[in-house]
Amino acid sequence: MPRPTPQPNVRVVTLRIDDRDLSAREDETLIEVCRENRIPIPSLCHLDGLSVWGGCRLCMVEIAGQGRLVAACSTRVAEGMTVQTDTERLRHYRRTIVELLFAERNHVCSVCVSNGHCELQSLAQRCGVDHVRLPYRQTPYPVDSSHEMFRLDHNRCILCTRCVRVCDEIEGAHTWDVMGRGSDCRVITDMARPWGESETCTSCGKCVQVCPTGALVKQGTSAGEMVKDQHFLPILARRRHAQ
Amino acid sequence: MSRTITIEPVTRIEGHARITLQLGEDGRLEDARFHLTQFRGFEKFCEGRPYREMPALTARTCGICPVSHIIASNKACDHLLAVDIPPTGEKLRRIMNLAQIVQSHALSFFHLSSPDLLLGWDSDPATRNIFGVMRQNPELARDGIRLRQIGQTIIETLGGKKIHPTWVVPGGVSEPLSAEKRASMLKLLPEGLEIAKRTYAFYKTLAPKFKDEAAHFGTQPTLFLSLVTPQGNLEHYDGVLRVKDAQGRILEDQVPPEEYGHLIGEAVEDFSYMKFPYYKPQGYPQGIYRVGPLARLNNVQACGTPYADVALAEFHMLQDSGPIVSSFHYHYARLVEIIYGLEMIERLLKDPAILDTRVRARARSNRYEGIGVSEAPRGTLMHHYRIDDDGLITWLNLVIATGHNNLAMNQSIREVAEAYVDGNAIEEGMLNRVEAVIRCYDPCLSCASHAFGQMPLAIELRDAAGRVVDRLTR
Repeated sequence: MPRPTPQPNVRVVTLRIDDRDLSAREDETLIEVCRENRIPIPSLCHLDGLSVWGGCRLCMVEIAGQGRLVAACSTRVAEGMTVQTDTERLRHYRRTIVELLFAERNHVCSVCVSNGHCELQSLAQRCGVDHVRLPYRQTPYPVDSSHEMFRLDHNRCILCTRCVRVCDEIEGAHTWDVMGRGSDCRVITDMARPWGESETCTSCGKCVQVCPTGALVKQGTSAGEMVKDQHFLPILARRRHAQ
Repeated sequence: MSRTITIEPVTRIEGHARITLQLGEDGRLEDARFHLTQFRGFEKFCEGRPYREMPALTARTCGICPVSHIIASNKACDHLLAVDIPPTGEKLRRIMNLAQIVQSHALSFFHLSSPDLLLGWDSDPATRNIFGVMRQNPELARDGIRLRQIGQTIIETLGGKKIHPTWVVPGGVSEPLSAEKRASMLKLLPEGLEIAKRTYAFYKTLAPKFKDEAAHFGTQPTLFLSLVTPQGNLEHYDGVLRVKDAQGRILEDQVPPEEYGHLIGEAVEDFSYMKFPYYKPQGYPQGIYRVGPLARLNNVQACGTPYADVALAEFHMLQDSGPIVSSFHYHYARLVEIIYGLEMIERLLKDPAILDTRVRARARSNRYEGIGVSEAPRGTLMHHYRIDDDGLITWLNLVIATGHNNLAMNQSIREVAEAYVDGNAIEEGMLNRVEAVIRCYDPCLSCASHAFGQMPLAIELRDAAGRVVDRLTR
């Protein structure tokens, strides 16, 4: 879903989220309204300034009258909508999703350069993931450390595609892409060449800053030292869309 | 019929081990073996990881001596970077390393070994532990817990947490020391030193009661290996390697740690997950040597701090001449090192340069091979890494302090078993002495685990009396 361009004359709708009466522009998504109103809603793929991907499914919410859950990041508000963001059912699904992410690859927080500054780690803490009930796949993934300034550790990648989108939509380089199917999916640079050999990468580092985990990090960092800064993104996104 | 006595698990040590004593038909000891029964695999699963992860990753080997791995690993990484770290960064690392030695030695002496010394080898095993010590001598137990806490608090003050701090990084340390933190650590030291001196004085009155044990606990001659300063004094962080024999002759001196491969070979046996390092020039298994507090004190002329030097002189008088050979005196050496550690921490903290803010050198990897050697509480610790062009580990070798002592530990349990175990009338106290000699070495087996090839699977069939009837080996 492309990022909507704010229109000058849009209607305002009223809706109810977690028993609070709220108003919102009709072109807004549920996740935007929640965040404007400080209603916590988890997400690992959504990022203000990037197009909507709807891949992580952590922002699923319940809408009255609809049997199925919907992703708050890809659902527009509607007049009279009644939304629940934090039910027992949603908490169960969210915790399970986080556990699946941990079981799929090798996220060993204690030795990660992003330890203490990781969106996946803090989300797991919020979801109460004190252990993973599923067997780990234990599949070894390679580390691409060929780039002069940055490093890619597939073991810690959750395939949120933030790197793919920021590179394409903000930097305009489209160095990143996704290759493979299912659990074999991997983010790749150029045509699956080592990152250090990429001809399109501008070494801007935006992909590193938006990565929610320790998958994309700066070279030269030790455990716990990788602190990411995403403040640049909404500013650059607004400027790009204003062009 | 021949019999096998199995002591499993060996208690009051770090990690999991088993001792088997093979008795002949006449009940006399035929063979004694010390088996490390746990497998970790660090040298395999670290392959392919970035070298900068090694300090945090290899520190997970252990919860007792992680700082030792952090120091050795970061030194190996410094070697890969090919940088000299800022002097203040080095001093701060030294403080943390010494705090680790203080807390680990306190754990070994008070928590693990003092029950044998205070309550007796033959006392009830149900109470022969730190809780029994608390009942019999609460002041000593309190001192032990407090001393360990002081060491741990210094580690936490510097590194942010007691176990597995990430403050030491390749090139130095990540943050300089603040004046407030320095003051808070200096405040702890007088009490720590008071406890250390009190315990040392107490132990000197206690030790003469164990003349018999001292005469049988690992007294066979071995070599001694440790780091020493270039002047031949006590050193735990840097320095050069020295090898001394049981007669006090220096066989190797001023050997740069990077050349450890010329001195040490590593053999493997199919009955243990621990390697059997040996002194190369003498071959395997003749090249038996010991490391750790006993070896360190045997190898040096002086500690370099006032009280520790007095204690060192008294330590050297335990024997008429030459290096102290009985492994029983590891306990004594440990107490001397606690005094040294606290005195040296105080000296380093009082150095005005310790607050310098330049504590880290930054560089990319400039070598393909890095070796870091330091003195862990249990002995000389070696981390050896090879990396590719991208800085990913292609090979690593960890020579763990406890591993160096493997041949000596096997020899020691044999000696103790020969002296104390009567195969025809086995008593618990006899077997406890066999365990106790292992405790002298304070082995950390979770660190020393290593696999070479495939371990054999052994199945033993025993009769109702516990006798081995049949044995199947893969």
